[in-house]
Amino acid sequence: MISRFLKSREALLAGAIVLLTVLIAIRFPAFVSAANLVRVFNDTSILIILALGQMMVILTRCIDLSMAANLALSGMVVAMLNAAIPGIPVPALIALAIAVGAILGAFNGIFVWKLDIPPIVVTLGTLTIFRGLVFVLSGGAWVNAHQMSDAFKAFPRAVFFGLPVLSWVAIFIVVLMTVLIGRTALGRAFYAVGGNPTAAVYTGIDVGRTRFVAFTLAGALAGLSGYLWISRYAVAYVDIAGGFELDIIAACVIGGISIAGGIGSVGGAVLGALFFGVIKNALPVVNISPFWQLAISGAAIIVAVAFNARAERRRGRIILRQSEAAS
Amino acid sequence: MSDTTARAIPDRLESRWTTWLKSWEMLLVGVVVFVFAVNAYASPYFLNAWNLSDATFNFTEKAMIAMAMALLIIAGEIDLSVAAIIALASTLMGLALQYGAGTPELVMIGLGVGLLCGAFNGLLVTGLGLPSIVVTIGTMSLFRGIAYIILGDKAFTGYPVDFAFFGQGYVWWVISFELVLFLFIALIFGVLLHATYFGRMVYAIGNNATGALFSGIRVARVKFILFLLTGLMSGVAAVCLTSRLGSTRPSIAFAWELEVVTMVVLGGVSILGGSGSIPGVVLAALIMGLVTFGFGLANVPGIVMSIFIGMLLIGVIAAPIVWRRLRGESAN
Repeated sequence: MISRFLKSREALLAGAIVLLTVLIAIRFPAFVSAANLVRVFNDTSILIILALGQMMVILTRCIDLSMAANLALSGMVVAMLNAAIPGIPVPALIALAIAVGAILGAFNGIFVWKLDIPPIVVTLGTLTIFRGLVFVLSGGAWVNAHQMSDAFKAFPRAVFFGLPVLSWVAIFIVVLMTVLIGRTALGRAFYAVGGNPTAAVYTGIDVGRTRFVAFTLAGALAGLSGYLWISRYAVAYVDIAGGFELDIIAACVIGGISIAGGIGSVGGAVLGALFFGVIKNALPVVNISPFWQLAISGAAIIVAVAFNARAERRRGRIILRQSEAAS
Repeated sequence: MSDTTARAIPDRLESRWTTWLKSWEMLLVGVVVFVFAVNAYASPYFLNAWNLSDATFNFTEKAMIAMAMALLIIAGEIDLSVAAIIALASTLMGLALQYGAGTPELVMIGLGVGLLCGAFNGLLVTGLGLPSIVVTIGTMSLFRGIAYIILGDKAFTGYPVDFAFFGQGYVWWVISFELVLFLFIALIFGVLLHATYFGRMVYAIGNNATGALFSGIRVARVKFILFLLTGLMSGVAAVCLTSRLGSTRPSIAFAWELEVVTMVVLGGVSILGGSGSIPGVVLAALIMGLVTFGFGLANVPGIVMSIFIGMLLIGVIAAPIVWRRLRGESAN
């Protein structure tokens, strides 16, 4: 059991992250101070939430390119509502953001489910539609910090047991997803649909419906992230999180989630996102221009994909064989 | 209709004319005419030779890439790094300019960088057997990332005067060099796909790569060539765009890959591979160019146009499916 873990992709990735952190710490000890590590995790929280949403979609052999645009639209809706009617309690706004996100995700899902349109085409389309709707809704104007109520901005920053609420939300989602993916029939269905859609049909799983659920849940997480993003940075405008959809996919790929579906774990997605977070936060510390970040993440994606492909070829894609070997 | 047979068997085959009239390309021609008419009705400035000539600049560069991308998608692969290749090629051209490169060198560098980037993508996909969608998401970050490393928040300007011809020159009256170049490229790719052995191989690979392999087609080599061509076309587009703008920033051609893919899919190429035609993609490019230009004349902001493009993309793919479903259900 332990040796299997040590050989696993997650252990390797965790090792890489620790190694990276240690290397930085040798020259810049302040980087590993508790306060800074908390900051790195907090910085990565939104990416973790989004990567977990994307993971469900990718597991079912789909892809969602519209998550960042969904985030921007859901975030703008609650930001404008908050600016217009400051009296609405924050929990209601969070619920609204999740609902808007889920509806947008369901919109993607319905096209994939009912019309069999390839997910990449659907979400390529909705990516531009959602982003355009943010513009139509806001008229291109910004919602600035002074227009938002104090409670709206304070929620993700409030500190409990040494961690900001933003981090706690990410941890909560990680726990929730671990249970959903590992302990429910729906979670198994995600793997089954992605691993072999034809076989999934014969085991009584509705492939289209499972994909629809994955898109809806991913949308809900994007909506939640929309509120978190806007309240954390205290500004909402058309281009927030522009290009972030690729970071999300990159975090998943680095985390060992196979784009061909059916392979991946919650731990992998979290570590993939953390890898990104560490690099992003380390660059200014080690005095490398932030302009390097894009190229580094690109190189990391390519290496990770190459690595994934090798691992998949070696291990095969059968879940049962692993459990047989374990017994 | 009898209960035993699921499909009605027709008395006679449809004539070639009916098939042709019902084709995707004819639908696109209809859309072009419609868009043209609406634009001409909505704005008095639309039907003007110079304005229409300006309208072509909206799509020629993207459409050049779309030609190669169409072949790539028909073969079952995709390249999302095309816009990043433009950024890298343009940046390296600007860098060479700082070291005193003249127009011929600049063009060579633009095309060369495009080819090299295409070869890199092709090697990763065919050599290592990796899925092209993820590889090119990676190289998209990598290529544009290198452009950012070189340029940061600065810009290269001061391209030579004769270099401006590629993006701003006119061959005859209102006919721009870019338009002629695009038509030439479209002709070459049209012949390549529809009239050569290579084209048949591309369709065969897209329909069944394993089957193609067993019938003696060198699948990996064909795919590699397609990635090379896509890279080369991105290089050509980089030369034209850099020449037209007269400056290079690392954010040049940002998010163009989505528009190029939209163009290809709108043109009737199946995103799953195996079918599609070059005339269809040319028509789709024309539609997108006219729509963008018409909206521009009507003072519609660019981002609102993108909503329309997004809906167009989903709409044209969903419409035939919905139509088929509705007809199928009414026949029962």
